[in-house]
Amino acid sequence: MSVTAAPLLEIVDLVRHFPVRNAFGRRTGWIRAVDGVSLAVWPGETLGLVGESGCGKSTLGKTVMGIYTPTAGDIRFAGREIGHLPARERRAVAGDLQYVYQDPGASLDPRWKVVHSLHEPLKIHARLSRAEREREVGAILSAVGLPDAHLDLYPHELSGGQQRRVALARILTLRPRMVILDEPTSGLDVSVQASVLKLFRNLQEAFALTYVFISHDLAVVRAMCARIAVMYLGTIVELGETAAIFEQPRHPYTRSLLAAVPRIGGRRVTLDFALEGEPPNPRDVPSGCRFRTRCPLAQDVCAVEEPRLREVDGRRVACHFA
Amino acid sequence: MTELLSVRGLSVDFVTDGGVAQVLDGINLDVGPGEVVGLVGESGCGKTTLARAILGILPTGAARIRGGEVRFKGVDLLREDPAAVNDRVRGRAITFIPQDPYTSFSPVFPVQTQIMDLMKWKSPRADNGGGARSPFRRYPRERWRADREAVLETLRAVQIPEPTRALRRLPHEFSGGQRQRLMIAMALLPQPDLIIADEPTTSLDVTIQAQILRLLRALVKQRGVSVLFTTHDLGTAHEICDRVVVMYAGQEMEAAPATAFFARAAHPYTRRLLASVPSPGGEIRDIPGEVPSLIAPPSGCRFHPRCDYATAECREGRPAPRTLAPEHGVRCYHPVDAPIGADG
Amino acid sequence: MSAVLAPVLATHPDDVFELHPAERLRAPGPAHWLGTDRMGADVYSRLLFGARITILIGVIAVGASLLVGVPIGLVAGYYHGWFSDLLMRVSDVFLAVPQVVLAIAIAQTLGPSLPNVILALSATYWPWFARVVYAETRTLQKEVFVESTAALGASPWRLTALHVLPNIASPIIVRASIGMGFTILTAAALGFLGLGPPPPTPEWGRTIAESREFLPDAWWYATAPGLAIFLTVMGFNLLGDGLRDVLDPRLRRSRTAR
Repeated sequence: MSVTAAPLLEIVDLVRHFPVRNAFGRRTGWIRAVDGVSLAVWPGETLGLVGESGCGKSTLGKTVMGIYTPTAGDIRFAGREIGHLPARERRAVAGDLQYVYQDPGASLDPRWKVVHSLHEPLKIHARLSRAEREREVGAILSAVGLPDAHLDLYPHELSGGQQRRVALARILTLRPRMVILDEPTSGLDVSVQASVLKLFRNLQEAFALTYVFISHDLAVVRAMCARIAVMYLGTIVELGETAAIFEQPRHPYTRSLLAAVPRIGGRRVTLDFALEGEPPNPRDVPSGCRFRTRCPLAQDVCAVEEPRLREVDGRRVACHFA
Repeated sequence: MTELLSVRGLSVDFVTDGGVAQVLDGINLDVGPGEVVGLVGESGCGKTTLARAILGILPTGAARIRGGEVRFKGVDLLREDPAAVNDRVRGRAITFIPQDPYTSFSPVFPVQTQIMDLMKWKSPRADNGGGARSPFRRYPRERWRADREAVLETLRAVQIPEPTRALRRLPHEFSGGQRQRLMIAMALLPQPDLIIADEPTTSLDVTIQAQILRLLRALVKQRGVSVLFTTHDLGTAHEICDRVVVMYAGQEMEAAPATAFFARAAHPYTRRLLASVPSPGGEIRDIPGEVPSLIAPPSGCRFHPRCDYATAECREGRPAPRTLAPEHGVRCYHPVDAPIGADG
Repeated sequence: MSAVLAPVLATHPDDVFELHPAERLRAPGPAHWLGTDRMGADVYSRLLFGARITILIGVIAVGASLLVGVPIGLVAGYYHGWFSDLLMRVSDVFLAVPQVVLAIAIAQTLGPSLPNVILALSATYWPWFARVVYAETRTLQKEVFVESTAALGASPWRLTALHVLPNIASPIIVRASIGMGFTILTAAALGFLGLGPPPPTPEWGRTIAESREFLPDAWWYATAPGLAIFLTVMGFNLLGDGLRDVLDPRLRRSRTAR
């Protein structure tokens, strides 16, 4: 990571709320899924976005991707504001900024042969002749390690791992600069997970990709990402170098999260695990610091004043006592 | 043997449209009294089928038991009178914690209705007299009171706040972690000898998972209940198990006490599996190849096509169980005698 | 099938529209397999020619309903807003009025004739398609492959025409098949009430109405077209059920995948 280079993606005070409606369609409240998030991603790096379900990490990814429109705040991609573009111009950005779903195999149309699915992005974004498209698709296909023979198959005729490779190839035909990976290993067996992670790494090298890696699995994030952002209830609580945060987490939530991860071969972590309760509903966010209802360090000030992210010990932490 | 549960040579086939899948191939498995045994394996390895075969809830149409026995307290459950198994064993001496706490409750009844309906038949105080079970049979008043007291007691034990009020609520008013606590309570209520837990923490977040694992282990140890815990997550197995059994493609490969398992596993598959857990240093090692089809599985040891140590004899026949150390058994012709991580 | 081949299969193709007063109301026999009607025409032959009209009504009415209902359903399903709400409320209004009553009203206003019957039936049947397509489109929109193709930068046109429509084709086809049965039944009802094509068209519903005066003596007169309606409607419903099984991609996938 070079500090002098401009960030590829810069998010400033991004907010995405979802209305909660009752049976008559009247709004009764807001789900504050993403509530004031700022971060930057530099070219070539992998930024990890970690947190438990409901913390807003997926909503953040989808808002950046343009699947949701931001309620407030800016998304700058390669120096250009993309959060509030008209639909047609926003669609053109998709060539540079891509999204991989948790189950990439499901992103293939079940009625389309692999070859059609792979040509589609090029038909949308590039004006290439058929022969040029075929050359491009062939190159990508071999990069993800699939034989040409698979082109004539339907998705259901492929194994899960092959479907995943096809779906990645489909995204890479556009030669994007940044790819958002949303829970790409959740639900996978460890041995499959290992091959998937390897593939991501090889592709990052081959195509000079920048990744945003959204995951709840801390062991995976630790292996893949140089920097991580830890989210809790729609905000970032800690952001910095992965090694430093794993070494010495400063936010009490990060500490609990790391303490819950089993360490194979070591002492059972559950013997010492102390965090009680479950995260509050994002519809009903506590005042002040969002973590205070479960925090062992909570004081009166935490209920009154929401801690801002501030520079502590070479990283940014949102806690009054960090 | 003093085992509580002892599975010997169990083979189960599934009839599918593509052919007959040999889902379990001569499985041996032991669970001792008060022991928490982890059944670890990747998806499709047959661990859920094994759990269901022990409970006797395999799908009747597709599944065929080809051979073997499931001895529980000395009685072969596969050959015992099904009515007797249903009355005394299933749901009473052996209970079940499902993977998905979201779909395991009916959404339209309060949890009290559903728990008391279970207790009507499966309470340790229930005497069904071996007769036919009629839904119209009365629930004796005194027993209902005693059972409800036990329910409240158990809900307190699994740390459900305000148990009396909680019972009146509908399942969707509980969070995923709370629902899994209810499931644990329901599995404990009949005072079983053995609980079969099928990936009970897979759908939970890591902090909730840590809470549930700690709670479950404390409760079963305190009550002396044995647990057979299936999981695909080695970390979870590490947290809860006294002993670990590894399955691959319908065969059990290795069984060892947890400490020995995570330090000196001997089967090449187990070692590759442990090595594929992402290391803090960022090194990632996968297992080349893919899990084989169970319709035409590899001969002999089913791991041989992906194994670095495979020789001709691995292809010819399945290795017999061999004991490396007390309690540490492996089914491999070429077990590796080295600490984990030593083989590069 | 038999409708298309009517002229060949019919034993007395000539007298479908002719009068043979001498042979009125003959019971079924070797000469007239299903007897004759009040005009002396062969019931069996009239039945076959009636089938042609019935099928014609069904095909055109269902086809027209498809052309109206499917685009409305797609538009309403794809966009989320007041306009799609409006479209669906309009179709709800149509669905809230019993189809037969509405069809009677339309046919009555426009006068009994074959095109008017078809118009009346199409006007009352399209909301069913709009509903099915709307619901299927909404479900499909949540599918990962649709969302991800949108994220790839595909235009709404491309998404709808190339991804959504082919994937909802099977429920539409099933609906159309069941709709054929439904439409034929309603057409027969209109004919029975005298709102169908005018005589001497051998329409089934009208034939039953004519036969009422001669019951119970000329039982074959009413039974034959009644059975024909029953079998045709039944046939299309069974076809619809069968198609549902054949076309369901989930069933097909599970058959081939494992």
